[in-house]
Amino acid sequence: MIALSDYLLFGAVLFMISLAGIFLNRKNLIIILMCIELLLLAVNTNLVAFSHYLNDVQGEIFVFFILTVAAAEAAIGLAILVLVFRHRKHITVDDLDQLKG
Amino acid sequence: MSFEQLVFYAFAGISSLAALMMITVRNPVKAALWLVLTFISAAGVWLLAESEFLGLVLILVYVGAVMVLFLFVVMMLDINLAEMKEGFAQYAPVGALVALVVFGLIYLVVGPEHFGLDKTGLPVTHGPDYSNTKEIAVPLYTQHAYAFVLAAVLLLVGIVAAIALTLRRRGPRDALYQDIDAQVRVRAEDRLTMVKMAPEVEPDVSSKNEEEEGAK
Repeated sequence: MIALSDYLLFGAVLFMISLAGIFLNRKNLIIILMCIELLLLAVNTNLVAFSHYLNDVQGEIFVFFILTVAAAEAAIGLAILVLVFRHRKHITVDDLDQLKG
Repeated sequence: MSFEQLVFYAFAGISSLAALMMITVRNPVKAALWLVLTFISAAGVWLLAESEFLGLVLILVYVGAVMVLFLFVVMMLDINLAEMKEGFAQYAPVGALVALVVFGLIYLVVGPEHFGLDKTGLPVTHGPDYSNTKEIAVPLYTQHAYAFVLAAVLLLVGIVAAIALTLRRRGPRDALYQDIDAQVRVRAEDRLTMVKMAPEVEPDVSSKNEEEEGAK
């Protein structure tokens, strides 16, 4: 049988890969957005696993809402990405320093 | 190793490898396709955890909608691929180190020591007449009805924001637009002028026509 820790470690592996992806792809805003989607998937995997092992459907409902928010976030993020590209002709994250952050 | 475990490790392995490929390939289109593979195999893992509805929704919504949106945007942008991977080797050791250290910490918390089978016990398995969709739907439409409506409003705001952000007016050379204000403001007297003029009669032709019409 599959242990709960297997699901949780699978989620942790996905989370760490996408975290490393955000570190590695400093030039490419699109891949960073994809990595954020993958982070949310890893978190959702944890919720699904706990929901299965606790025999409680509330966790899956939470996943449903996270999917909704992630879809809206992806749409607006891509819209902002298109705007950035239209203004600056590149999407390098390091050069987006107009706010002096 | 049981069949269930075999399927689980296969899906989890494919998913992790595809995620690794996603963050290392140079081309954003290929990265999006690897991410699709990641999502599909993660949906398989979710199906194994008996959340069939969410597994299918993951494929439909993420692979069907969100990743297609990503692919469209990637193909619309004209980005320089050579620039994209600059600094990759520079950040790789830091990224790998941070990921490994944090993974070690997470392993200490959620590893088999605390969440193994001997600690959690076996999950409740359901028979073939169990409907996961119905189990989700009943609390979603009763207990969480307000949050459900809020999620719908959030999606609507997302649509409006995405369109409003990317909409731009092109010049008159690129595209022709309706000017609705001007269309509404039009009056008949601005466009139509009645001109008084004396009738010009050609007697022969008109009388002939009148005879023909009388004959009909």
